[in-house]
Amino acid sequence: MNTVPMESGLVLAGILFILGFIGVLVRRNIVFILLSLEVMLNAAGLAFIFAGSRWVQADGQVMFIFILAMAAAEVSVGLALILQIFRDFKTLDADAANNMRG
Amino acid sequence: MTIVFYIAALVAVISTAMVITRLNAVHALLYMVVSLLSVAVIFFILGAAFVAALEVIVYAGAIMVLFVFVVMMLNLGPASAEQESRWLSPAGWIGPGILSAILIIELVYILFTNARQDILTQSVAPRQVGIALYGPYILGVELAAILLMAGIVGAYHLGRYKNVFLHRYLHKELQ
Repeated sequence: MNTVPMESGLVLAGILFILGFIGVLVRRNIVFILLSLEVMLNAAGLAFIFAGSRWVQADGQVMFIFILAMAAAEVSVGLALILQIFRDFKTLDADAANNMRG
Repeated sequence: MTIVFYIAALVAVISTAMVITRLNAVHALLYMVVSLLSVAVIFFILGAAFVAALEVIVYAGAIMVLFVFVVMMLNLGPASAEQESRWLSPAGWIGPGILSAILIIELVYILFTNARQDILTQSVAPRQVGIALYGPYILGVELAAILLMAGIVGAYHLGRYKNVFLHRYLHKELQ
């Protein structure tokens, strides 16, 4: 039985996480920033599944289900915020909303 | 089995790199769906078939459709019609199509060769996941339920249209 080595799986999760992080830092369109956040959450879930599969335990999958629920809540609130920003500023540029009112 | 994993990992990295470099939001969403599907194939290879199904149904099915819905909602104006015709050109979907074809070839290869036996011997069944979820992790399940409730209430509160009160006789709706 030839299984997937743990190291390459963690390297893959790291590469995906870094790609999402670069997306958050580089893009200024707020939809792409939210999409890159999803990539990062997914990479974290991938690492959990790899660890759960390495020790053949259910805990990794349980953690992934929690990450899934959190991502769903985060996306619903984030997309509502995007709609609000578009309504107020008429743009999706994240730098347009850099002033605080207070 | 290892080579199948490396091909799926390559597809995941390529499609994720395409996600963060596209200019058109719908193209980026197409590549994002391919990235999630390739991660689901990796989960299946690792023996977590239940989570692979959840990844396809919840992530690629529900969350990405929510993204597409909002992108379509924001895309108002006269420019959207010609953009629509450009989206239907092959340049938009040929890349995600090729990557998805690679993934489905891998899935057929796993299902119809004896490589499937490797997965079944090391898999964690959904039964064990459910027992762990409603046994030691019951507090986490309740916290996730509270979080989802807060998400629903927050999305409703933020997405509401607010009326701006100018004068007693002048009600102007914002947008």
